[in-house]
Amino acid sequence: MSISRRKFLGWVGAAGLSTALGKSAAAATHKHFSGYPGSFAVLHDTTFCVGCRNCEAACNKVNDLPQPDRPFTDLSVLEKKRRTTTKVFTVVNKRNDLQRAESPVFFKNQCNHCLEPACASVCFVRAFTKTKTGAVIYDSSVCVGCRYCMVACPFEIPTYEYDQVLTPRIRKCTMCYPRVSKGQLPGCVEACPMEALTFGKRQDLINFAKQRIQKYPDRYVDHVYGEQEMGGTSWLYLSGVPFKEIGMREDLGVTPAPELTAGALAVVPMIVGLWPVFLTGIYAMTKRSDKIAEREKEQAIDKAVKAARKEDAELKT
Amino acid sequence: MSEETIPGRKSFFSLFNICAGIIVVIGLYITYLRFTGGLGAVTNLSDYNPWGIWIGFDLLVGVALAAGGFVTSAAVYIFGMKRYHSAVRPAILTGFLGYAIVVLALNYDVGRPWRLPYPFIIQQGTTSVLFEVAACVALYLTVLFIEFSSAPLEWLGLKRARDIVIKLTMVLTILGVILSTMHQSSLGALFLIAPSKLHPLWYSPFLPVYFFITSIIAGLSMVIFESTLSYRFFKHKMDEIHMQEKNDITLGFGKAASFVLAGYFIIKIFGLSSSNNWHYLKTDYGIWYLVELLGFVALPSFLYAIGVRVKSLNLIKWTSVLAILGIILNRFNVCLIAFNWHLPSSERYFPHWMEIGISVFIVTVGLIAFRFIVTRMPILYEHPDYKDAH
Repeated sequence: MSISRRKFLGWVGAAGLSTALGKSAAAATHKHFSGYPGSFAVLHDTTFCVGCRNCEAACNKVNDLPQPDRPFTDLSVLEKKRRTTTKVFTVVNKRNDLQRAESPVFFKNQCNHCLEPACASVCFVRAFTKTKTGAVIYDSSVCVGCRYCMVACPFEIPTYEYDQVLTPRIRKCTMCYPRVSKGQLPGCVEACPMEALTFGKRQDLINFAKQRIQKYPDRYVDHVYGEQEMGGTSWLYLSGVPFKEIGMREDLGVTPAPELTAGALAVVPMIVGLWPVFLTGIYAMTKRSDKIAEREKEQAIDKAVKAARKEDAELKT
Repeated sequence: MSEETIPGRKSFFSLFNICAGIIVVIGLYITYLRFTGGLGAVTNLSDYNPWGIWIGFDLLVGVALAAGGFVTSAAVYIFGMKRYHSAVRPAILTGFLGYAIVVLALNYDVGRPWRLPYPFIIQQGTTSVLFEVAACVALYLTVLFIEFSSAPLEWLGLKRARDIVIKLTMVLTILGVILSTMHQSSLGALFLIAPSKLHPLWYSPFLPVYFFITSIIAGLSMVIFESTLSYRFFKHKMDEIHMQEKNDITLGFGKAASFVLAGYFIIKIFGLSSSNNWHYLKTDYGIWYLVELLGFVALPSFLYAIGVRVKSLNLIKWTSVLAILGIILNRFNVCLIAFNWHLPSSERYFPHWMEIGISVFIVTVGLIAFRFIVTRMPILYEHPDYKDAH
């Protein structure tokens, strides 16, 4: 199996293009989206949270969710780590095994409403929308049920109605979009008796949170979680213990989710544009070398025939 | 891989029929449960683990193993390796059936399969890699169907339609390569969105390239493997050209696979270096990673090379099995084993037996269709009326 020079060149061309595939076009966008101007957010100061579960009850009510097996006044459920489900859009968890904190630490979890949501960027029917209020909302009327949003969400928030046969939906916190649109507070914020939840303009809340850290440096870890995480979220957090100890990942980075796939997607039009050119070129080269080989073969035969004739003639004379 | 005698083949087929029959019955029963009880009734999927083996095996492995179609047609029609011509039709058939069963499997996995056209006709989520995946599956399945259709058209004696399809060969081949490049790589790109969930040894900005290159390995190995099985079970259907070219194809494709595997090994090392992930190799996941890289990439590359060097067709055939297992392992690692590695084991996923049942059922449907077509249509032989250029 010998490889002709032309064929080799063709292969090199093909290989070159396929390596170009991997180079992420990092400069796909220079724009940094820092949220809709004036959009809302919620600041959760976990140091104020006492684990009363009033927010859970309010969430259940305003979203018309089914009644849980155990009432919201039953605080023993806090002993076990819980997560959001199709019937529970927010949960409060408790840690009392932390050495640094004298008393148990409580912290609320729900959708963080990213400024550039992973769920929205990966949805192939655009079922998710980042609204101008800051809420990330979901439209079940177009959802196909591929569950890529759940794979993509770094906070593991979207849940799926696996038990539904014909109408399974993604379920998650809506940041009370319908209420906020009417000028009301989100259910959980309104219900919180400890002011552990503050609703307001996102930028104001960031400033407010930073002031608090400055004012009470001993009380807080010097970080506003959500200001930068995954490009920023519309839920912001203050904590007295390292965030990873209250179940919040510190290794998510500050890159907004859409940028993670932007490079790969940017290569698509390049493939569509260039592959036909390369492939046709390779095809033309192959064809040409075939033709040359054919001609050389003919010439060789011609020559051989002539030589044979000549020899024949010489023999006769 | 010994050769079968005719009575042996007959008994195999009755055995095949019994097994296939049982699997189909069980599969239909699980299908009934799936579409009357929802995904929850038959799967172990959870809010932490939204994708199971119906994505990890049926979609990711299925598409990779169906790459033989574009690899072979590109080699023969674009790179001009005409001596492998007899491999084209079986490879296209395998590719077409592979994609068809992938689409069939997706109907089980997505929550509302009747909405699968929505991304095209209702709202286009073009920022999603999955949109690219969906568009390419739909388009490439169509391309493969047209490419494949020359065989049933010859079988049915529809000469004019068949001649039109043959005239389209070049266009379809180029389209097939474009769509496959995009589609195979975008399956890897699906996971670019989740650096916080996929283990760093498997997460890489080069995932799209890795998936594309491994699909070529899968395609080449599948052609070898499939031709071995065809020779064993459908030898009576093969014509002289197939018989003559068979060994040449095994040697040629084995050689190519050895090279591509070597290249893949090198870019994996580059990827490991550029992410500076060496320190992970000391961990349990690191050992598992080395098992994949050394046992299922380096080893098959080496064995293919030896097989070609000493012209041992048997060694090449068995190596193709090893390489295919390597592809399956890789897709499982990315989608299931190294995915969600940060979660405690109680929240990890293990497939329900009925999920495995559906996967086995769908592969069986593919095999039945393959057998139906190969025993009737001119796949392993040239149709006597169309000797010109099929």
